[in-house]
Amino acid sequence: MSTPALRLAHDPALGPAGIAPGQVTGRGAGGPAPKRIIVGYGFWIFLLSDVIMFSAFFAAYAVLFKSTDGGPSAHELFDLRNTAAQTAVLLASTFTCGMASLAVGHRSQKWTQIALLVTGLLGLIFILLEVREFSGFIARGAGPSRSAFLSSFFTLVGCHGIHVSVALLWLGTQMAQFYAMGFREDIRHRFLCFSLFWHALDIVWVAIFNLVYLVGSLPPELLP
Amino acid sequence: MSKPSDFEAGSYVGGDRVPGAPEERTLAQEVRGYLLGLGLATLLTIASFWADHTREIYASGIAMALLVLTVAQIGIHLIFFLHITTDPDNENNILALAFGVLIVCLIVFGSLWVMIHLNNNLMPMDKLMQMQR
Repeated sequence: MSTPALRLAHDPALGPAGIAPGQVTGRGAGGPAPKRIIVGYGFWIFLLSDVIMFSAFFAAYAVLFKSTDGGPSAHELFDLRNTAAQTAVLLASTFTCGMASLAVGHRSQKWTQIALLVTGLLGLIFILLEVREFSGFIARGAGPSRSAFLSSFFTLVGCHGIHVSVALLWLGTQMAQFYAMGFREDIRHRFLCFSLFWHALDIVWVAIFNLVYLVGSLPPELLP
Repeated sequence: MSKPSDFEAGSYVGGDRVPGAPEERTLAQEVRGYLLGLGLATLLTIASFWADHTREIYASGIAMALLVLTVAQIGIHLIFFLHITTDPDNENNILALAFGVLIVCLIVFGSLWVMIHLNNNLMPMDKLMQMQR
């Protein structure tokens, strides 16, 4: 009551009960925020902390970028056709994940399953492309133990790949739960978190393909 | 099927819509929103790959152009896919995002700044090795 300007939407103390009208600005007479908003907010906080972890890996990569120890540099190593394919696949999967959100919103079991299946297959292709690229690097003697540059590269990009792999497991679980239990509220909330996670992973990939692959493939004389 | 969705990350719709929130949207409008996001993201991706190959941009500016395109595309994803909007329900999300961006910038630019200065102020490695002999 002492801080009516704060929008503590979910704080029961700021609910309509016992508070004179006009004193609480938050959601007005609307009461606490719906659970969907609170679940989304909580998961958003987790996503931001995940992004902060990625930013530390980005910082390490940026610092160690030129520490190749006589080994292969980014310019010699990266194959941009592979990166372009990965980018296209992940962007398409982010769109189909959005379509799945709409299908869930409209309670369509068929379209939910189709959209999630396509999302999962595109994610799987992404992972396979990444595994192929990594094994190619390692076969050329450019594994993570070759130089500080490659250590930081494998850590950063591999961490994103692990996130996508975990998200694929989550996606499969989600499909099974929608199939077995229908569009129950708690399962829809779980799916809300999944869709946020999937879109956030694409955001991290946007930073990776631009700042790691595209900047890295520039000839050395063009680098800052 | 024409029932407006009550499930959406950005909460455009639903019975508990707060005053000032956007109007409820039909399925076609929502699909169009995602398509617009997909189109803009694709354009920015193509622009990034173009900027990487072209020699029409001032050479030293290419890396900076890629950084700008990254930020732009992240913005598109946040708006069209994660539905971070100006909706009052989204206010907490935006504040958290602002704080997250602050921390990310501190970590990335802070690390680079410190390490570049360390590099500049330390003796080159080969000289150090000679002194130790």
